[in-house]
Amino acid sequence: MKKILMATTAVALLATGAQAEDTKIGILLGFTGPLESLANDMAAGAELAIAEVNESGMFLDGATVSSERGDTGCIDAGLAVASAERLITSDRVSGIVGGMCSGETTASLQNVAIPNGIVMISPSATSPALSTVEDNGLFFRTSPSDARQGQVMADILNDRGITEVAVTYTNNDYGKGLADSFESAFKESGGTVTINTSHEDGKADYSAEVGALASAGGEVLIVAGYVDQGGAGIVNGALDAGAFDTFMFPDGMVSDTLEEKFAESADGSFGQNPSAAGEGPDNYKKMGEEAGFEPTNAFSPESYDAAALMLLAMQAAGSNDPAAYKEKVMEVANAPGEKILPGELGKALQIIKDGGDVDYVGASAVELIGPGESAGSYREIEMKDGKMVTIGYR
Amino acid sequence: MDLLNAFIALSNYVLIPGIAYGSQLALGALGVTLVYGILRFSNFAHGDTMAMGTMATILVTWLFQSMGLSLGFLPTALLALPFGIGFAILLLLGTDRVVYKFYREQKAKPVILVIVSLGVTFIYNGITRFIIGADDQNFLDGERFIMSARDFKALTGLKEGLAFKTTQGITIVTAIIVVALLFWFLNKTRAGKSMRAYSDNEDLALLSGINPERVVMITWIIVAALATIAGTLYGLDKSFKPFTYFQLLLPIFAAAIVGGLGSPVGAIAGGFVIAFSEVTITYAWKKVLGYVMPEGLEPDGLVQLMSTDYKFAVSFVILLIVLLIKPTGLFKGKSV
Repeated sequence: MKKILMATTAVALLATGAQAEDTKIGILLGFTGPLESLANDMAAGAELAIAEVNESGMFLDGATVSSERGDTGCIDAGLAVASAERLITSDRVSGIVGGMCSGETTASLQNVAIPNGIVMISPSATSPALSTVEDNGLFFRTSPSDARQGQVMADILNDRGITEVAVTYTNNDYGKGLADSFESAFKESGGTVTINTSHEDGKADYSAEVGALASAGGEVLIVAGYVDQGGAGIVNGALDAGAFDTFMFPDGMVSDTLEEKFAESADGSFGQNPSAAGEGPDNYKKMGEEAGFEPTNAFSPESYDAAALMLLAMQAAGSNDPAAYKEKVMEVANAPGEKILPGELGKALQIIKDGGDVDYVGASAVELIGPGESAGSYREIEMKDGKMVTIGYR
Repeated sequence: MDLLNAFIALSNYVLIPGIAYGSQLALGALGVTLVYGILRFSNFAHGDTMAMGTMATILVTWLFQSMGLSLGFLPTALLALPFGIGFAILLLLGTDRVVYKFYREQKAKPVILVIVSLGVTFIYNGITRFIIGADDQNFLDGERFIMSARDFKALTGLKEGLAFKTTQGITIVTAIIVVALLFWFLNKTRAGKSMRAYSDNEDLALLSGINPERVVMITWIIVAALATIAGTLYGLDKSFKPFTYFQLLLPIFAAAIVGGLGSPVGAIAGGFVIAFSEVTITYAWKKVLGYVMPEGLEPDGLVQLMSTDYKFAVSFVILLIVLLIKPTGLFKGKSV
């Protein structure tokens, strides 16, 4: 019996030795917690990219890729760190797609990924603080920083000739970060912010906030909140009191619910959310629907792109060693090279193998800038005749 | 100088919302204060009693809406309100029979009853979410405004608009009627007098032949009606979401304690004190002062005493001051 066991072990060892190395990717997202409704479609996106690479059989001389999920709880830094620890030390992953929310991502990056030298590509952490974090070149993200959204908002207002606005934000990292980055961008371009104040979510009475905002005045009220939380309460209050007629809605507000609630009453209001147009998103939508998940859900395309970028970088480096492929992430993501859309990962792997260059565009129009974060493509919307219409991309 | 515009701006953003919110808090605080006066414990389940009663009202409202019943420019919910109150009465009497009665017979200490009511809170909480869900529910119909800001501007030609929502009007009128009825009941009827006697001195009341179980039953019935009315008005004026009703418990208790627990007049005064302190202390006076101050002296800044972030802190600071200086509250309730 012992001999047989030895023999099989030996054979197994030989077998794996003969084959190319197997690569493992960790998928570290908030499968529980406040954004749990998004996490499954994000993970499905990342796994779709992995499946596509496996199918092509072109990855690192025929190596296979597998994935392992880990939970961060979105707001639970302790859980995130423990999951990252497990993925790296016991599952031996070569890279992590994640984390999901900004605070938790910072925690697992600094406590686990950097000490272990593992690359993290986050699809959805948007805090401006992550742009300046000391990351040894190990951290990337396929979503834009909220600092970028602040700039886009300032541009939109300038194009519309609006110079005076009031701002209210939801009292958390997202709201505060976005409101502050917007204020500095808008002031720099010559605009005036009459008031920049927070509101708490989950309250039903916002008359005090609306009173202060109305008193400060402004042509437009910017509501950097959540549409199913305090944001809607503020807009309702402001409309009822006749304090503001026109609003600007950042990404936390732009959704079907917004159209349903305010398309008519806040006619002429406008806003923006991260979203790309064109062939990439269309391809991805088709692929996702075939695979049986909801590919249009927020940050699902970014997750596909995060996994795809990681694998292409490995191919370019010819190795799944994070120290080697971290240098290649920016290279495969940006020009020059052949443009790569979702569904063309096999082709990309082939090009890289033949010594060519690729420019990964993917499902969310990836273009990495600065410290390795997406430049971000934003969809500009406006309320017209009781409907929310897309008026352009920037 | 433009006193008229200044007054309109002040009414629009401070007076009207403050009065409406104050009425809602006062009705809630009346319920809390009655339970405290008669049953002698702080009923933490009050916020969720409001949620349960409102939920029943909403369900009946939807039924009426689907049947095509309506009250014209008034919200259909007013028609459904009696059914909601009926449900809340059954609920509270049932809870009393199953839960509170046991502890009353044990002569349990008030603090035990408080914890028991916290348990009841969580059960109500769960049932509400189970039946209607945790999301926002909209059940308002009928005319939205008595006077909208835009109409007011067109009508008067003033620079400032004055919005007066139907729900605010209904809230204020209903609150006045309910409070008048309550005081008439407490002061003029036999049952009301026996309640006050029981509240003032339990032993003496029992000796003079007042049936305690009857007093308790009447109290729960009144509390159920008050809670459902307060909850429905609040839901109509703002929106119905179970979680905000749970949170409403804090300002309601603050109102009841500031006014003096056990004192109905105090509960009403406390409701308005809390509502106005939340709205006025964090109000930015720039606009109003801009109209009042002479030319050239208008303020550049916001003239805001405190950022709106602190509005909840404000009501609790007032609560602390009142408890330090007058532990029995403004209107001599029982000390906590």
